[in-house]
Amino acid sequence: MAQAEGARNLAEPAVRVEQELQLYYWMKLIRAFEERVSRLHRQNKIFGGVYSGAGQEAIVAGICAPLNDGDIVFPLHRDLGVFLVRGADPGRLMAQLMGKETGFSRGKDSFLHGGDLEHGIFGSTSMLGSSLPIAVGAALKFRIKREKHVAVAFFGEGASSRGDVHEAMNFAGVHKLPVLFVCENNRYAYSTPLEKQMAIEDVADRAEAYGFRGHVVSGNDLLAVLDVAERVIARIRNGEGPALIECKTYRYRGHSEHDAALYRDQEELIEWQSRDPIPRYELFLEKKGHDVRRIREQVDERTRNVVQAAVEYAERSPFPKPEEAMEDLLAPPQAAPTKSR
Amino acid sequence: MEMTYVKAINSALFEEMRRDENVFVMGEDVGELGGAFKATEGLLEEFGEERVIDTPISESLIVGAGIGAAVLGMRPVLEMQFADFISCAFDQIVNSAATLRYRHGGRAQCPIVVRAPSGAGIHGALFHSQNPEAWFTRVPGLKVVAPATAYDAKGLLKSAIRDNNPVIYFEHKRLYRSIKEDLPEGDFTVPIGAAELRKEGAHLSVITYGGTLAHSLDAARIVEKEDGLSVEVLDLRTLLPLDREAILATARKTGKVLIVHEDRLTGGIGGEVAAIISEFAFEYLDGPVRRLAALDTHTAFSPPLEEAILPGTNKIVDAIRSLAAY
Repeated sequence: MAQAEGARNLAEPAVRVEQELQLYYWMKLIRAFEERVSRLHRQNKIFGGVYSGAGQEAIVAGICAPLNDGDIVFPLHRDLGVFLVRGADPGRLMAQLMGKETGFSRGKDSFLHGGDLEHGIFGSTSMLGSSLPIAVGAALKFRIKREKHVAVAFFGEGASSRGDVHEAMNFAGVHKLPVLFVCENNRYAYSTPLEKQMAIEDVADRAEAYGFRGHVVSGNDLLAVLDVAERVIARIRNGEGPALIECKTYRYRGHSEHDAALYRDQEELIEWQSRDPIPRYELFLEKKGHDVRRIREQVDERTRNVVQAAVEYAERSPFPKPEEAMEDLLAPPQAAPTKSR
Repeated sequence: MEMTYVKAINSALFEEMRRDENVFVMGEDVGELGGAFKATEGLLEEFGEERVIDTPISESLIVGAGIGAAVLGMRPVLEMQFADFISCAFDQIVNSAATLRYRHGGRAQCPIVVRAPSGAGIHGALFHSQNPEAWFTRVPGLKVVAPATAYDAKGLLKSAIRDNNPVIYFEHKRLYRSIKEDLPEGDFTVPIGAAELRKEGAHLSVITYGGTLAHSLDAARIVEKEDGLSVEVLDLRTLLPLDREAILATARKTGKVLIVHEDRLTGGIGGEVAAIISEFAFEYLDGPVRRLAALDTHTAFSPPLEEAILPGTNKIVDAIRSLAAY
């Protein structure tokens, strides 16, 4: 059975104050950024598919916090926060969503498909789950080159039904590769509810069948996510093989901004909103003796400024020129091969 | 040194793995067994398990993991045990690999090689005879090669490994041990994107590649002897990007073109070649551009059926005579 990872182990050293506040800032920044993105979409300034991760911020923040430079993350389509937490430029991220030249993909692809490899972020495709074999290949490189890095592949419980997920986990288990699989179980694959997707309760149960451990954690509890992520990532980095963390959560908005999500019960949404990760974490900060009201005001102002600056940068940025449609398809012709190391 | 087609592939792998420690091979049974066709024989002994990786039966994983390693600087050579199984990795090739550079705004690259043993004529039936190259020749971001000689098998594989783009390398199974050539010692490559004139001629051009090059050359010799026809034979070698210049040069020279391939007729690369000729060499033509390909059916098992389906030497001879008489 997968292990339940509920409350934070108090015997472990406390998270440093600075990190505590940084985590709060990240969750707030992701929320503010995504709220602005939803608004810009309604104003037709951002077009195409927009997939809000509102309600799931604690997962991205908690999983990415223990990562190092050189680690590589494969976000799913709802993980805009990965870009912000990993230090990608918010202006370029906004430009990416607006199809601008200064976006990560230079206008070639929408939303999160343009990765930022300089910050260890791979741009995934819309074929959900197909990034897991690729993450396993990144982990294979770390193994071959004896690098103490970790590959992190996010996927939804929806993608867990795809064969690629099985192939990836099986191979990772056989070779004990340094890869962390993170399932964001938000209970719906577009409109299809959990009970029509799988006959078991926990995706994490499948890990055992691949020869590694599965952990179940509340994805709306930042401290719980962080606790399991720190321990599991340290073990993976130490060469102990892959792991799966399943984060139980809920998306507040529809599958995309076009989706009113009328297939869901309003009561269910309210229940989950009452478990919002941000006020829950504020309660923790308050118990730790922080002046939460003051911190909230400061952080709100800071995130407002960051988001506003990102919007202004993106709006100022030019669209790509039509002739660029044929650029970036193939690598430029190469010079004579040299021995590479 | 005299070498079979499959030995040429094996020798290219040895040399590239010695030259560049980022090159590794991965696939089903490539290690201990040395591959179903022995193309990777001996690699495990020299390079060890970390660079010669036996995988479970997981084609999508093989290509996907190759992509992940390639993005971080490795140069994986990924073996599909049979080209027929490449359909199981289709999404990783056409969506993950082919778009990778484009969707990363030119800031990432995906130097993988997918080796795909293709082709009929070995009683392989429906699922061990396929020529699926045309599924890939319309995918921007990929390169597709199909060597027809041992020299090209070696030279094109080396170029594919050194190329910074995803390359699908179709190697014809019937050629593995049926052809043998004297190959030069030392390092040589064959450029991707360049066709090769195999035989000069004046009356008519045959444009072909892969498994039907030898048949086409045989047919050209027969009609030369029996009919006095001078036939030019162009080997495409690379199917994406096509060597338009070479295609148009031979079409303009002889004015009559027969395109031959073992892949099926409908949707095969022959249609594209014919379109290029009719678009850019129309005024040079003395007859219709004709295509001879496998029948639009599956590659059946029973010998009379398989023979009826595939374009062999006799059918090429007939097609040349018919076009010459036009």
